[in-house]
Amino acid sequence: MCLAIPMVLEERTEFEGVVELDGIRRNISLMLLPDAEVGEHVLIHAGYAIGSVNAEEAAETLELLREYADNMADL
Amino acid sequence: MSEAPEFRDPKAIAGLIHEIKTLAEDVDHQVTLMEVCGTHTHAVAQAGLRQMLPKGVRLISGPGCPVCVTPVDYLDRALALADLPNTTICTFGDLMRVPSSLSSLEEAHADGKPIEIVYSPRDALDKARANPHQRIVFLAVGFETTVPTIAAAIAEAEATDVDNFLILPGNKVMPPPMRALVEDQELKVDGFLLPGHVSVLTGWECFRFLAEDYDVPGAVVGFAPADVMRGVADLLRQARAGTAEITNLYSRVVSSSGNQVAAKIVEKFFEPVATIWRGFGEIPGSGLGLRSKYSHRDAGLIEVELPPPHEPEGCACGDVLRGVIDPPECSLFGTACQPATPVGACMVSSEGTCAAWYRHERLTGVNR
Repeated sequence: MCLAIPMVLEERTEFEGVVELDGIRRNISLMLLPDAEVGEHVLIHAGYAIGSVNAEEAAETLELLREYADNMADL
Repeated sequence: MSEAPEFRDPKAIAGLIHEIKTLAEDVDHQVTLMEVCGTHTHAVAQAGLRQMLPKGVRLISGPGCPVCVTPVDYLDRALALADLPNTTICTFGDLMRVPSSLSSLEEAHADGKPIEIVYSPRDALDKARANPHQRIVFLAVGFETTVPTIAAAIAEAEATDVDNFLILPGNKVMPPPMRALVEDQELKVDGFLLPGHVSVLTGWECFRFLAEDYDVPGAVVGFAPADVMRGVADLLRQARAGTAEITNLYSRVVSSSGNQVAAKIVEKFFEPVATIWRGFGEIPGSGLGLRSKYSHRDAGLIEVELPPPHEPEGCACGDVLRGVIDPPECSLFGTACQPATPVGACMVSSEGTCAAWYRHERLTGVNR
């Protein structure tokens, strides 16, 4: 039930936004994330943006996972 | 899946399993790790992660499925409200098949009762706007991730004078039952995989008490296979070193203090109350009630006649939810109780521990 999906914020007004993922677009509320910026990834749960995806942290985690994969290839 | 393919890359996961095996060799006792989020329960079972863990590392589920821990009298009350004139019940789909004392929302819906599934509390609010002479009651179930969306819908109803939008308060928060779990002598948990999306809202610091008061470590993790396995590796590292810290491994969305805007909206409308969890009984401060200023939106205050609460006989959901037994240890599991004919709440929702085991793991046996 706590499923939340990262989607890209494509447009916004004061309280409303449109998010997109793989061609699927949804109208969502920005009441819980009023500072969200167009173009950023936001986490969507039950029709509301509830958090932002930190691109830098995401990149660091991905790099770490690539290292795990590379180490496995070397074993 | 919307996240980068690296999060489910078999090679990365193999690398993590290799690390987990190496770490487990250095720990001389069985390590029991618990996740407390239904989305984790489902993700772990679906990806078969439990079967990849070395002997001696046990991964169990706790009370992380909101509809599973919702007591039967909540559903009895929802069904009684559906019998009132000019009243429509709106609910997340997960609740539909959960058994009440007499039937379920799904059965009542099939009998023509006004019960509708919504994706968002906003959909219920829209319905209230479109039907000003109907009382719309939203079944407010869910943990910290969901609570702010309900609070926001109430805020919107208040701001735009939608007087016929009500909720039946049933929301819960995670820290109090987790405190109950670490104080439970029957159960020994060596570490927690902490709920990622709850933490987006609360921030990871709300779990510090586990480490500081009880010497139990925790790792906040996301929901892809690599996320979960990183958490397992971290907790094994802590078991080996004898440390107890809360680690944030879901830093791409989780911060230390969470979403403060959401926290303020929740605080405005809700206050902590004692509430009943299936398997635990009443836990002080673990539920969220509407503040008295907003009692006009509280459908729990409407007088209805309730049947005597009745839990299904032989059902061991309570023990499953506390992690005391694995689903196959329940005498009904897989026989009388199956996803098509669920007896207990844990077999209903796809996030329920029993349903996840039945769908993905029933051939693999008990992992202890």
